[in-house]
Amino acid sequence: MKLFQMTIHDLHEMLKKREVSCKEITNSVFERIDKVEDEIKSYITITKESALKEAEEVDRFIKNGDNISPLTGIPLAIKDVLCVKGIRTTCGSKILSNFTPPYDATSIKRLSDQRPVFVGKTNMDEFAMGSSTETSYFGITKNPWNLETVPGGSSGGSAAAVAADECIAALGSDTGGSIRQPAACCGIVGLKPTYGRVSRYGLVAFASSLDQIGPMTKDVRDSALLMNVISGKDPLDSTSADIPVPDFTKALIEDVKDLKIGIPKEYFVEGMNKEVETKVWEAIKLLEKLGAKPKEVSLPHTDYAIATYYILATAEASSNLARYDGVKYGYRTKEKKDLLKMYKKTREEGFGPEVKRRIMLGTYVLSAGYYDAYYKKAQQVRTLIKRDFDEAFKECDVLITPTSPTPAFKIGEKMEDPLQMYLSDIFTISVNLGGIPAISLPCGFSKDNLPVGLQIMGRHFDEETILRVAYCFEQNTDHHLKKPEL
Amino acid sequence: MKITKKEVEHVAHLARLELKEKDKEKFTEQLSDILTYVEKLNELDTKNTETTSHVISIENVFKEDVIKDSISLDEALNNSPEKEHKHFKVPKIID
Repeated sequence: MKLFQMTIHDLHEMLKKREVSCKEITNSVFERIDKVEDEIKSYITITKESALKEAEEVDRFIKNGDNISPLTGIPLAIKDVLCVKGIRTTCGSKILSNFTPPYDATSIKRLSDQRPVFVGKTNMDEFAMGSSTETSYFGITKNPWNLETVPGGSSGGSAAAVAADECIAALGSDTGGSIRQPAACCGIVGLKPTYGRVSRYGLVAFASSLDQIGPMTKDVRDSALLMNVISGKDPLDSTSADIPVPDFTKALIEDVKDLKIGIPKEYFVEGMNKEVETKVWEAIKLLEKLGAKPKEVSLPHTDYAIATYYILATAEASSNLARYDGVKYGYRTKEKKDLLKMYKKTREEGFGPEVKRRIMLGTYVLSAGYYDAYYKKAQQVRTLIKRDFDEAFKECDVLITPTSPTPAFKIGEKMEDPLQMYLSDIFTISVNLGGIPAISLPCGFSKDNLPVGLQIMGRHFDEETILRVAYCFEQNTDHHLKKPEL
Repeated sequence: MKITKKEVEHVAHLARLELKEKDKEKFTEQLSDILTYVEKLNELDTKNTETTSHVISIENVFKEDVIKDSISLDEALNNSPEKEHKHFKVPKIID
């Protein structure tokens, strides 16, 4: 196996035993990028120069005999929604195409303290609004498993970079499925933590009550290793939770005996993709064979999740994106006769169609006369969706569903029909509305050799149990070991 | 819910967005479709349901009022499209 193909924990063992240098690992990853990036286009910005410098520093550090942490010397990719000091951060948008943050996001700061190597910033749907990475101002990312299909989105660049071995692991962000759905499409592991588990400071805001940062990795152990570092209370984000962070790797035990697994019947409906359905049921049967106790449950308000989400998320987005006015940072129009005209032109030229559509929808549902009918109503339905989960978790330890209703779809297929695009998040959105954690991991391949994702949802702040179930499943299957041919 | 082109223009103004003519037409149609779809929420009786704006219960979050370093003026101005004399420069507001 080549160095670039390996996991965080594999490489850590080798670094610890001095079997390899950080420079060798980093060079290997950049050789891989040189070979496949022209086809895949995972990255918006590649930071080769600073990465090689970081690698040399790490090697000096290791040579000094200092103790190294599991992330030391590991080449990581970062979704371009997270601020990294001194490195252009675009959020996939023209309006931020020239923005260089003067500070680090807290998750980046916490990673940096462990001395990894930052390879670059990955492509994404503009402002994380999309399910295919096709709305990026910087072009389309391809799915490494089939270059004619999308990698999913919005964290499609991170997912593709991990799947194509253009990095060892990556960070993404998830507002309605943006970590899990691309992870499923690209056959990798993606975890959306509980709302509040990871500080959002320095994450360019989309919908503040739903956004979470999380790991996108080649296996479940790597997911736990990244969670160990990025989690925890942060004074700079008042919504980050003051709850102790466990060592998530301790949860990785190959045992699901007597765990109660809920199968929400609303997620297995008439007309769903047969291949996805079959693979997910095979996964449930395997877990049952390993000792878990599956049980049908009901989440009766599932059918209302997308409508609820597209009111709340767009309302929050319309407010969050009001800051892009061409004054303090970002793109400014050349036409600037007066201030109001300058604002309007800047935003017209700086935002792409999907972002405009969502700003419009969000502004509409918050506008005078419509607030109660849409926004307040959606907040009430959010309560019902959250209660569904509370009820289900009284009788189950985890819930298992497909991550996405279909394997990766064709590039261009859903771009003209926004509602169809929104429906590709049908199985992931409720999790954000309920604020619970969920992980997606590969559970098989379609007949066209496209990955299928299994989603495991857990109780608030119980990432440990979903990691345990995911780990146990992974150790008894080999889907995560398959690589796309590139 | 059908939305009119006039409403689209009004909302665009509220959102400080200038829209091209063809975008206005496209948005009128697409926003109508989406608003019709989200009306399915009206099937649910929520008369006595409280709202959820935030899923994790957090009371007021306080911290000590300690002065810490902040970014420098130069750093703050670095990303501005136009600046002059340590200020952000904008088109003339008052005649």
